[in-house]
Amino acid sequence: MTEILVSALLLMGAALMLLAAIGIIRLPDLPTRMHATTKSGALGTALIMIAVAFYFAEVAVVTRALAIIAFIILTAPVAAHVIGRAGYFVGVPLWEGTIKDDLKTSYDPETHYLRSGFEEDAPKKPAASKKTVKAKAKPKR
Amino acid sequence: MIGFFWNILLALAWVALTGNFGGLNFTFGFALGYAVLAIAQTQLPAIRGYAQRIPRVLRFVGFFILELVKANLKVAFDILTPPWHMQPGVIAYPLSAKTEFEITMVANFISLTPGTLSLDVSNDNRVLFIHAMFLQDEKKLLAELNEVERRLLEVLR
Repeated sequence: MTEILVSALLLMGAALMLLAAIGIIRLPDLPTRMHATTKSGALGTALIMIAVAFYFAEVAVVTRALAIIAFIILTAPVAAHVIGRAGYFVGVPLWEGTIKDDLKTSYDPETHYLRSGFEEDAPKKPAASKKTVKAKAKPKR
Repeated sequence: MIGFFWNILLALAWVALTGNFGGLNFTFGFALGYAVLAIAQTQLPAIRGYAQRIPRVLRFVGFFILELVKANLKVAFDILTPPWHMQPGVIAYPLSAKTEFEITMVANFISLTPGTLSLDVSNDNRVLFIHAMFLQDEKKLLAELNEVERRLLEVLR
């Protein structure tokens, strides 16, 4: 029974990783490629580690497998975010099928200031700089 | 968070008192500590609401795994079939998360759901810019993101 479960999990994990690889080749631009790699990659690794945990079924292995899943789930999106963000601001062109870009209009390449579009309804200072926002947020913590 | 540390401390105390350092005994001690904290939380303001948190965490994990699988299938279908069904774009998502920790967690989980990738936060921490793969219905996407954020904040707060 566990044999079947382990095989199914391993196959699904490997299939997801294959999918991520195909995605890197097929998808047209940087952000969409990041979509394919991070999610399918992370979920694929998670499934394979679950399979490992089921196969060995020992405390030492299971805890390590769970730790690996936790760390991948914590780090994969951060890496994807940093790569995607760097690519965007360096000016890697988006795919021509991209239908909307809200970020372009609110970003000022001179000052690197990113507007939210909500500055007008902020209570007092309209153009709140990051420092003042941080100072305001601190006492709440 | 404090409640969780107390729970681990109680479990360690149980392990030390029984003298059996196995994982199963630790789990049992943890369950006992959880019960003790659930009873004691009405008297102790520092750990109030701790016992309600674990079911919430489990519910969030279940919900999130379901979302993850659903959205993965969607992206997988688009990668494998020749014509592109995707309509990618960058949208602004107004955050209800306030502190930097909350924003980090929300951005992380939004990045983990396939089809959305958080790109940047506006300088005043009020809007998250997200690259989405399927922008056919922006309102629906925003509602889904809102659902993820609401459930996550329920766990964190």
